Amino acid sequence: MTATQTRPRTTAGRRPPGNRPPRTFEQANRRLKWAMLAPALGFVGLMIVFPLLFTLNLGFTDAFGAVNADKSWIGLQNFQDALADSRRFWPAAQRTVVFTVGAVLIETVLGLALAMLMRKAFRGMRWVRTILIIPLLTTPVAIGILWLLILDPTNGIANHLLESVGLPPQEFLGSVSQSLPTLMLIDVWQWTPMMTLLLLAGLSTLPEEPEEAAKVDGADAWQRFRHVVLPMLWPTLMTALVLRSVDALKTFDILYATKGPGGGSDFEAETLNVYAYGLTFDYQEYGLASAVLVLFTLFIIGVVVLLRRRAGKKEA
Amino acid sequence: MSTHTAGAVRSRLGWLRGIAVAAVSLIFVLPIVWMFAAAFKTNVQVTDPSVGLLFSPTFENFRNVLADGEILRSLRNSLIVGGVSTALSALIAVPAAWAVGRFRMHRTGSLVLVARIVPAVSLLVPWYYLFAQAGLVGSYTVLILSHMFVSVPLILWIMIGFFESLPVELEEAARTDGLTAFGAFWRIALPLAAPGTATASLLAFVSSWNNFMFALIFADETTQTAPVTLFNFISYASTDWGGLMAVATLMTVPVVIAALLGQKYLVAGLTAGATKG
Repeated sequence: MTATQTRPRTTAGRRPPGNRPPRTFEQANRRLKWAMLAPALGFVGLMIVFPLLFTLNLGFTDAFGAVNADKSWIGLQNFQDALADSRRFWPAAQRTVVFTVGAVLIETVLGLALAMLMRKAFRGMRWVRTILIIPLLTTPVAIGILWLLILDPTNGIANHLLESVGLPPQEFLGSVSQSLPTLMLIDVWQWTPMMTLLLLAGLSTLPEEPEEAAKVDGADAWQRFRHVVLPMLWPTLMTALVLRSVDALKTFDILYATKGPGGGSDFEAETLNVYAYGLTFDYQEYGLASAVLVLFTLFIIGVVVLLRRRAGKKEA
Repeated sequence: MSTHTAGAVRSRLGWLRGIAVAAVSLIFVLPIVWMFAAAFKTNVQVTDPSVGLLFSPTFENFRNVLADGEILRSLRNSLIVGGVSTALSALIAVPAAWAVGRFRMHRTGSLVLVARIVPAVSLLVPWYYLFAQAGLVGSYTVLILSHMFVSVPLILWIMIGFFESLPVELEEAARTDGLTAFGAFWRIALPLAAPGTATASLLAFVSSWNNFMFALIFADETTQTAPVTLFNFISYASTDWGGLMAVATLMTVPVVIAALLGQKYLVAGLTAGATKG
């Protein structure tokens, strides 16, 4: 279907010249491109699209317990239940937002500062970049356990260091109130490097002339950053923000590894993802879990759309 | 201000910049160093924060951990699942990326974004439903298929950009010399894309190596991958920090080696597509 649509459009020459696909490829066997795509599309269809529709459908049923148990259509009941649940659902939603906004904001500011610091080549650049990719490639479960050791309230090095500079020891992951902020800091440690690398890639593509011109006109370093570099970097910054936010919203491993099911005894680290996981595999509440997941997915899509719209605004 | 003092100010700034970068680097590397160090400490030393990085190392933790068949088996499982899922993903994603890149099928390509947005948990429910009824839960097949959910979009994402950056003229020339379109892909584009494919595959492997959630649900005792074993190890051996850190070290060392050898390519792969907006 798409093949028949593409051909007349291209031969009509509506694409700007030079951007036009070469004729040799136009004349190529059209079956080829679909043959090349078919396995990947088949995989996406079977493993992603179909399961998503399945989940959407489950959200409207009372599926519970054994996977092959009978289930019946109950309309919007699960969605109403979830949205009326102020004990687990809304606090989890709030924690998801707090965790994501807090962690990603800090990562953006620190990541941008570090990218500006590393912008001009220096000796040892290669080593710093190597160090930066290690946290984000390391297994999150291992990272979680490592921080459990570092932040152990009685035996950890963190409190030892705090005491050595005269600060009171902290409970960190051992307390209800400090768990989420601590996990945000761990996320900042693991993912600020990603922000830095994305922004460094963006900075490396910027032309030098505008900055030179601003310098000649007497703009100081901050003004050049604020009015020249930042606007040019904006599209990359927003892309990085979208990528990081989507991943942060879906954070699971580190929360589950450090706090266990339900995000701890008081659900103190339970985000929507952890909640949906628990509903599914601890309570077998497949119907309600699916409804929560549909709401969660819609929320993520909303965040992406919002951020992309903002990206467009500033660019124009 | 004379140029002389301006130069002095600039070099002092450069010096400050060096210190700042070094301090930040330490923040990112020290926890990993702490992990490695703890793996070589006795359990008395590991829970005594006054024992820093200077101590006589013991291999006891590694000896214990490697004597435990379960841990070796889970590392092997991680290798199998990571290797097979990465190979299969590359096999289906690289040709697809070429088609999207060369035929400019960006709407099809944007399916990749859907896969990045969807929370994996929302697929676990239907997968579990379906695989449980097919009696596949606990098999390598399920683990491999589920890990491909991450690898296929990841490789597509990186390789679409990579193929688009290759000059199309080479493939055109090959076609005027009589190669078919597939021949142009197979003999020209694919060899040129080897570095990109290697980077994308390495990142896909790492994502599988690190994956926790899928194996937590779909693996049984014999197919369990390393992150799940590490996680289970906390609950029944919460005081054996040395052992935990030894397992964590065994899982992290390959990543560190990859980072040391392929820093340039990994950074390119991780940031692929970010500058296009």
